[in-house]
Amino acid sequence: MIRPNRNGTVVTHSQSNRPSPLWNLTTSRLREFYRKPEAVFWVYFFPILMVVALGIAFRDKPIERITVDVLASSGSTELVRALAADPRVKVLEFDEATCRQRLRTGKSDLYVVLGESSRYLVPAVDYVYDPTRPGSVVAKDLADQLIQKAAGRVDPVTVTVQQYNEPGSRYIDFLVPGLLGMGLMGGGLWGVGFAVVDMRIRKLLKRFLATPMRKSHFLIGVMTSRLFFMVPEIILLIVFSWLFFDVRIYGSWITLFVLVLLGAVEFSGIGLLVASRARTLESVSGLMNLVMLPMWTLSGIFFSYDRFPAVAQPIIKLLPLTPLIDALRKVMLEGATLTMLGSELLIMSLWSVACFGVALKIFRWTD
Amino acid sequence: MNKPSLAIRCQQLTKTYQGKPPVEAVRGVDLEVQAGECFGVLGPNGAGKTTTIEILEGLLPPTSGSVRVLDMEWRTHELEIRQRIGVSLQETQLSDRLTVAETITLFRSFYQDGLTADESLKRVSLTEKAGAWIKNLSGGQKQRLSVALAIVGDPDLLFLDEPTTGLDPGSRRQLWDIIRSFRDRNKTVMITTHYMEEAERLCDRVAIFDQGRVIAMGTPRELIASLGAEHVIEFSLQQELAGPGKRLLQEWLSRLPTVEQVDVSNGSVRMTAAESHSALGRLFEELEHRQLEITSLTTRHASLEDVFVQLTGRHLNDDSAE
Repeated sequence: MIRPNRNGTVVTHSQSNRPSPLWNLTTSRLREFYRKPEAVFWVYFFPILMVVALGIAFRDKPIERITVDVLASSGSTELVRALAADPRVKVLEFDEATCRQRLRTGKSDLYVVLGESSRYLVPAVDYVYDPTRPGSVVAKDLADQLIQKAAGRVDPVTVTVQQYNEPGSRYIDFLVPGLLGMGLMGGGLWGVGFAVVDMRIRKLLKRFLATPMRKSHFLIGVMTSRLFFMVPEIILLIVFSWLFFDVRIYGSWITLFVLVLLGAVEFSGIGLLVASRARTLESVSGLMNLVMLPMWTLSGIFFSYDRFPAVAQPIIKLLPLTPLIDALRKVMLEGATLTMLGSELLIMSLWSVACFGVALKIFRWTD
Repeated sequence: MNKPSLAIRCQQLTKTYQGKPPVEAVRGVDLEVQAGECFGVLGPNGAGKTTTIEILEGLLPPTSGSVRVLDMEWRTHELEIRQRIGVSLQETQLSDRLTVAETITLFRSFYQDGLTADESLKRVSLTEKAGAWIKNLSGGQKQRLSVALAIVGDPDLLFLDEPTTGLDPGSRRQLWDIIRSFRDRNKTVMITTHYMEEAERLCDRVAIFDQGRVIAMGTPRELIASLGAEHVIEFSLQQELAGPGKRLLQEWLSRLPTVEQVDVSNGSVRMTAAESHSALGRLFEELEHRQLEITSLTTRHASLEDVFVQLTGRHLNDDSAE
């Protein structure tokens, strides 16, 4: 800062007490960031928008309505009455072609055909359903229960049910750690990658190269400033999900904080590596999408990666995002401590060190 | 501090950019810049000025040749050299949303010793802009900041690559004063420019570049004196002359007293003379005698521009000649 001279002597040269270059590089990046209000808005607002949209779309609701069609025939009225006994079931009668089409297009979950009864002298029904659709399977079982009951079946066991819907077990609880991981990945890659390539295009990197600045200081400064942006973003997201969706953290805040920091370091390191050679914003954004795409689909942001074949599991677990999301879920949902997260922390640390080291080696300073 | 007598020395410097076809930007340049002088690299766009200065600044590796800066080599003493040189690149876009003071403090932090941020701003007369965002500076203020960033490490050697390009005459003069006062502290400056007036006024010695080579070197006075005639007479004839008429004109103009060099193209004539008054006197007599009429006539002192024209047959800032 420029300050008036207090004691009247003119100080033109200085040696000691200079602020460290690392500190200056970091604060410069931070200032540049928070002086762009629109950037701040999008960085902090977008993840929240995402939680709201997905939280609403995937909220766990009990199955409210089951649509069952009945093939219109001479004895079908009784069938309709039996099914309509349950208020959740909506029953309609159609001819065969319409029933088929409604099932195919998802307008109904199932259709029931009254079968030939003359041979065995007992009623018979056919269920036509889609075994790959969960709603269709549920509809078949429920319809069967209603029809059997109406025909006189008596259940030998008395059952009572309790509904379970505690925080920690819902989809939103699974989703929020995934979104935190995704936010750290996107923030690290876009934030670092774009800023670095932009500075390269503006020849600012070349200008820095012409000073005695240490190259590692610059790279560490960029990464450190990223950590500072990340922390409020993550806190905001966690607080928001807690207030609006009652998402709770079962583990310790400190453990979570350490994980978030390591995740931010890891992905800003990857961002540096991705941006280490690119000369245009187009090429760096292409590269970043290429790097992120496998993790978006495989690392379990929106659904568990257990769904992928067993042979792919070891590879999926080595991707940079998978251990972060796994560890976040273990801390937030299961209350895991750092000592229980050895393999996750190791994989993330290795990615961080390797990416930073390679980036420092191959970094392009001039255009 | 024990100063080396040579601030810069490069020998047989070449730089070829790979590509199809490869571009030979620098083709064998030898330079020796004395400590304490302001050395100008003058030449048209594409002459290899920037490539040369960036090699000397250690930003580009040469294809071949040797470079010594402040008696050190880039390969072995990069950090030591960087601590003692200051650089202003041709086009650096500093961060728009940092203030002048923040930017200079950032750059200051890279150097072990140097000026205070206040002092370097004072030297480029930007003190009152210390709190302004860089995006709100004018072109001239940005260039002065660029120089302030170059001198904040209190360098012994300052490299300035076209610092005044695109500036208005007032800003240009202001920058010249800043550069002069830096030189007056017994420091070395190397500056590239394509303005011959700038080189003439500012530089102790000048190297004229063309197509990757040094085609002339010396003090501006020496270079102009090498023309053998310090006056330039230019005039246009009403009549167009071609073929034998043009040759004849050239011949009798060359015989005018103290005339050294004559260029005739279409109807316009440019010639150099040691004494303009005696040459002009005879010129008018001859024109009258030959019944030729002139439409315009100017006389002026010869400049580095004329040196360039004499050496290459082209004008310095004539882009169509490239």
